Amino acid sequence: MDSLRHLKDEEIVILLNDLLEQYGYDFTDYSFASVKRRLQRVYTTDRFPSFAEFRYRVKSDPVYLTYLMEQITVNVTEMFRDPAFFEALRKHVLPVLATYPFIRIWHAGCSTGEEVYSMAILLHEMDLLHKSVIYATDINESVLEKARKGIFPLAHMQQYSQNYQQSGGQQEFSRYYAANYEYAKFSELLSEKIIFAAHNLVTDRSFNEFQLIVCRNVLIYFNKDLQDKVLHLFSDSLEQLGFMALGAKETLRFTSIASLFKPIVQKEKIWRKIST
Amino acid sequence: MIPVSKLLVIGGSAGSLDILMQLLPELEADWPLAMIIVLHRKSDSDMLLARLLAGKTCLPLKEADEKDLLLPGHIYIAPSDYHLLIEPDGSLTLDASEKVNYSRPSIDVTFMSAAEVFGDRLYCILLSGANIDGTEGLKEVKELGGFIAVQDPEEAEVAFMPKHAMTVVPVDKVLGIREMISFVKELS
Ligand SMILES: C[S@@+](CC[C@H](N)C(=O)[O-])C[C@H]1O[C@@H](n2cnc3c(N)ncnc32)[C@H](O)[C@@H]1O
Repeated sequence: MDSLRHLKDEEIVILLNDLLEQYGYDFTDYSFASVKRRLQRVYTTDRFPSFAEFRYRVKSDPVYLTYLMEQITVNVTEMFRDPAFFEALRKHVLPVLATYPFIRIWHAGCSTGEEVYSMAILLHEMDLLHKSVIYATDINESVLEKARKGIFPLAHMQQYSQNYQQSGGQQEFSRYYAANYEYAKFSELLSEKIIFAAHNLVTDRSFNEFQLIVCRNVLIYFNKDLQDKVLHLFSDSLEQLGFMALGAKETLRFTSIASLFKPIVQKEKIWRKIST
Repeated sequence: MIPVSKLLVIGGSAGSLDILMQLLPELEADWPLAMIIVLHRKSDSDMLLARLLAGKTCLPLKEADEKDLLLPGHIYIAPSDYHLLIEPDGSLTLDASEKVNYSRPSIDVTFMSAAEVFGDRLYCILLSGANIDGTEGLKEVKELGGFIAVQDPEEAEVAFMPKHAMTVVPVDKVLGIREMISFVKELS
């Protein structure tokens, strides 16, 4: 499979145009290098004899499109990813939210849901889950489908349990799931307050006002303009004094909404909206 | 327009740090390329590496942030737990996708991405290590006209990585540490 052809930049552009025109999915403001690498991978793995056939398949086969969408976007995630971030939520954000009668949280780009279940565990442990609603959204129906089930590979639990403890978790992590040979199914007590729904950050609008928005490891795949646009969407969807949390390598600094926010836990990328 | 005309990418794994510590102090302030260093390491040793290496050179050296622009005479370290990609405009993208060759950052990923953008204006050097990472990338760099070299396995702390590359791709040069220093110094 060595010298299988490389996709050319122009071919990537053609494909992205097809996705936009035919299906309304706009990847044109994504990191080109990342999208190209992902498309190249699919092209090589699926052994298309030519670009034309690849293109035809994408245009004519909706099932293949779903698969391709999942391949273009990066879906890697884990529970309590960056434990220090979750510790910061416990210490600095949730105690503030606890004073509200009702808590609304939005996880944008939630992928298969590991991060959302982690949040539900925190809320549960601080006895806040009963008055919370978590909206968890993603562009991909297929990852949302997995997220709704709350079933994750058992093999990952050791790592997740370690992350959980590092984040300040005091319980036996295994109390939150039922294990069988290969899978851990997370308790429905946790998912009861989670609404998983499709939402495309590029094209869809704000749908509520929140006290906390979490969007981690999504913006790194967007170009500057799209990052700015999405950050405005978040800012508009946050209540006054609401919190905004980004991924380890993402920042509000140097963006056009920076002045509306002040850092709460700088290192963990948590900000608070201080003006409108 | 990319603000730098040529790029050097150095990839290393076990036993590579020492060579970098010898190489970096030798570069002078007017060294004209941009340099990216991709080094395998444990995920928590994070910023330490950049700080350690920054102390060894008079050139500006930093851990790469997303959207950083490649500039002449600047050195960028791939952060732990992210692959580092290069955009057509010479800016950097961080990517937290699946590990490649059990590694993130992966040397292959950055070599390949650099090759797509820089073609024959790219130099890649693969250092010591116990991993096969780097070989596929060198192959592609070569195909797209770039220059590829490996550390002399005889001198490498762990010979496997450069040796493996040599058996798969015809490399342009095999460099002992002395030769490597003068080679890099003289790039222009
Ligand atoms: C790397 S995952 C991040 C998962 C989780 N937030 C974390 O940090 O572990 C990125 C997710 O963003 C989603 N995504 C990409 N583009 C999107 C868009 N335009 N709208 C909504 N979600 C998007 C992808 O489908 C993917 O599931």
